[in-house]
Amino acid sequence: MRETPLSNCEREFILNNIAQQRRLDGRNAYDYRDLRIAFGVSLGCCHVELGKTRVLAQVSCEVGDPKQTRPHNGVLFVNVELSPMACPAYEQGKQSEEGIELSRLMERCLKESRCLDMESLCIVSGEKAWHVRVDIHVLNHEGNILDCSSIAAISALAHFRRPDVSVHGEEITIHTLEERNPVPLSLHHMPLLVSFTFFSQGKYMLVDPSLKEEKVMEGKMVVGMNKHRELCTLQVTGQMLLLKDQVLRCSSIAVTKVTKITELIHQALENDKQARLRGDKHGFAVLVSGDKVTSNRLPTTEVSVEKTEVSMEGQSSEEDSEDQSATNNGADISDKPDESTSKSSAVHILTKGVGMIGEGGPSTWLDLPQAIEKQQKVKKRKHRPAKAEEEEEQESSEEEEQVILK
Amino acid sequence: MASFTVVKQEEFEAQQEKGSAHVLRCLTSGLSCLTRQDGSVSLSQGDTTSIAVVYGPAEVRINKEQIDKATVEVIFRPKVGLSRPEHRKQERIMRNTLEPAIEAHLHPRSSISIIIQETEDLGSNLACCINSACLALLDAAINMNYMVAAVSVAVKENEDMVLDPSKQVEKEAKSIITYVFDSVNYQIVTIASTGSFSRVQHMEALKLAREASKSVFQFYRESVAKKLLMSE
Repeated sequence: MRETPLSNCEREFILNNIAQQRRLDGRNAYDYRDLRIAFGVSLGCCHVELGKTRVLAQVSCEVGDPKQTRPHNGVLFVNVELSPMACPAYEQGKQSEEGIELSRLMERCLKESRCLDMESLCIVSGEKAWHVRVDIHVLNHEGNILDCSSIAAISALAHFRRPDVSVHGEEITIHTLEERNPVPLSLHHMPLLVSFTFFSQGKYMLVDPSLKEEKVMEGKMVVGMNKHRELCTLQVTGQMLLLKDQVLRCSSIAVTKVTKITELIHQALENDKQARLRGDKHGFAVLVSGDKVTSNRLPTTEVSVEKTEVSMEGQSSEEDSEDQSATNNGADISDKPDESTSKSSAVHILTKGVGMIGEGGPSTWLDLPQAIEKQQKVKKRKHRPAKAEEEEEQESSEEEEQVILK
Repeated sequence: MASFTVVKQEEFEAQQEKGSAHVLRCLTSGLSCLTRQDGSVSLSQGDTTSIAVVYGPAEVRINKEQIDKATVEVIFRPKVGLSRPEHRKQERIMRNTLEPAIEAHLHPRSSISIIIQETEDLGSNLACCINSACLALLDAAINMNYMVAAVSVAVKENEDMVLDPSKQVEKEAKSIITYVFDSVNYQIVTIASTGSFSRVQHMEALKLAREASKSVFQFYRESVAKKLLMSE
């Protein structure tokens, strides 16, 4: 699907407003939109909302070979995916120019700032090392995905824990999470990206551009910085010239923004940690508040069914009785041609495998005769009647562990 | 690549003690949670969450155009790594489940695309994805023949049935069956299963899932009614 273009009058309107120090959403020039950081149940899963822009980041790891050129280091891989989920203009499986730029910038920000101690990811020098992967999914594109994803990525890295490893001589043991507490990655500092957009030959500058502002901008400068005022990344794109003053001004704005955001990340991490320690409910599910008209909640419900009555007398008559029960329940089976043709076979699969009925369309059961053959070999399994249901009523104690920054 | 969750020992034991209760975990939905799409929803079933969005009816790529009906596209996006064959399979199950439910003939030469992002997989992921896709279709106001509701049942090693299994139960289970029902007569639309189970077990699980699907449909109805500010 094509992107809806911005009309000329709308473009002019936005530019006129910027010239009069006004923004469409009523913010001041240097204001960020509301920021919300939430963590999932799984480790290293972070969800960031910047205004309406939403990004999900997940960190994962596995053991692999280190790079030949750097045998003492682990590997960090950053992947930013712009899927059609975020915006209809993006295509599935095809990296757009914008996507590549975003990926590269994120990678530069995280790798070249050396925020992650790569040497601590090494297990055996030159043989085994941790490969850490950061997957960033843009869920909703309402402008400034870059800042949002950099916050999500670094928060997810800080939240992540990897399994503990012990090395005895040649033997490497990876301990499961139950065996030993997982260890956090050693993060030296938190580089964050702040984008500045410029309009009218660099005359006007805005922080945290919205989608429409991004469409009319002339150029963009991205400053990567940590809270220690150390510059990590700097990139200028677009057709404009910048004065030295402007660059300095941008970096000083970036300092205040980064300090604030870092504080918020730490606070969010602490909240999540406390919630986990207390054993409260955490994760995305509890973050949906039930008081909006668009959200709804159905508490845990118990489902009760009568026990199925199946006669079990005699091995020989079992086949018949089973067929009987099949025809009794014919209402739900008669519409399945597959089922009726293979009347006597409920296709037993001997090993742990995959079985499917009702995929729709023509039959995909090419190996049906084989399955029947197999079935004939199968001895009848004894059936035990279902256990009496037990009740489980769980009122979730709601724990809001989101932090909102205005 | 793996991501991890920590299950506290006490929590797990508490769950075990409660036994194989036939309960559907807490359902939470947030309709229209995103802004750029025609329909979007975030759905959670217990701790398992997914986000589904729908675009359409919209223009279609010329090579996918069908002159008599809309092209239904389903994209499933895993949280970790790139999409692998097992995800393609899941995509296909979902497409074959949802396509007959959509009245595609009303919008010829157009596309209806459904994109589902897994955000947290803690058991019964396929069911959660299908349910979220159905809710997203409702949110996008796409004409449908019927709604669909998916419910998973796990058969444990000791032949016990667990409704809407969590990740831990799924790992230990002998087989996992996901049933999808329609909202008209609660008849089967799709069965997707792994592992082996007997016919009797299937019948029992089917009965259980069908009963559970009724409360899922009720939940759909409530969610949409609440959004449209109607009272039931």
